[in-house]
Amino acid sequence: MNRLILFVLLFLFWVVLTWTAVPPGPAYLQDVGAGLAAALLVTWAVGEKSGTRLAPWLQPQRYAWAIVYFFVLAVYVIKANLDVAYRVLHPAMPIRPGIVRVKTRLRQPAARAALGNSITLCPGTLAVDIHEDGTMMVHWIYVRSLDEAEAGRMIISRFEWFLEKILE
Amino acid sequence: MTMTDQVGLVIIATGVLFDLLGCIGMVRLPDVYNRLQAGTKCVTLGVCLILTGTAVMADATPIRLKAVLCALFVLITSPTAAHALARAARVSGIRLWEKSVADQFARSK
Repeated sequence: MNRLILFVLLFLFWVVLTWTAVPPGPAYLQDVGAGLAAALLVTWAVGEKSGTRLAPWLQPQRYAWAIVYFFVLAVYVIKANLDVAYRVLHPAMPIRPGIVRVKTRLRQPAARAALGNSITLCPGTLAVDIHEDGTMMVHWIYVRSLDEAEAGRMIISRFEWFLEKILE
Repeated sequence: MTMTDQVGLVIIATGVLFDLLGCIGMVRLPDVYNRLQAGTKCVTLGVCLILTGTAVMADATPIRLKAVLCALFVLITSPTAAHALARAARVSGIRLWEKSVADQFARSK
């Protein structure tokens, strides 16, 4: 089942990327054939390792939250860029960097990966590593707290709330 | 030049501006970790804006869809690459800038 989902997703991705299957172009059959072959090859190579469950994919509220999350993240990305602009253009370069530890309550690998990527795109933080127990090492360009719980509230809590609804 | 073209060009110019800021950050900031911060954030937004501008200016649906797909791809892969670089740097013992205030990094057992 996992493999079937992966295969269908990969093939759809290919179709959009090449855009020949929809209005049949001159090389229509070759493109679809190459897409099927490539999707099969990738499915065969990674299908066994991807631990996708089917049930979460069928819950519409997850998609709704994902869309909300996209816009929330977009606001943080813009803020992050203005923050970088301020720090690098300021003559004195106000930075106070360090690597701090925070702990996430998310368990699913996909949720953790999304959390790490979100942190990296957020103002002043960069996800460096994560341990099995949920301890994350985060590089902070302006460290405001060395306490695990307090830093966690500042860095990851705002995303955990969303990601729990989307990917857990 | 049509209205859509002007909007597209403004978006692309904003993207280029953020890319430039990212480059300034890469030069000015002191160590690999801080540089990754500036590089990742600015280049991600910069590239996504350039692709969005392309999608706005494009006159064919396939090009629009491809631009949006590429933007999503960059949005997912760029922070992942930054994590891989930062982790590799720290694990292989590259020190933080001497004025850094903390290093609570630890390898997992």
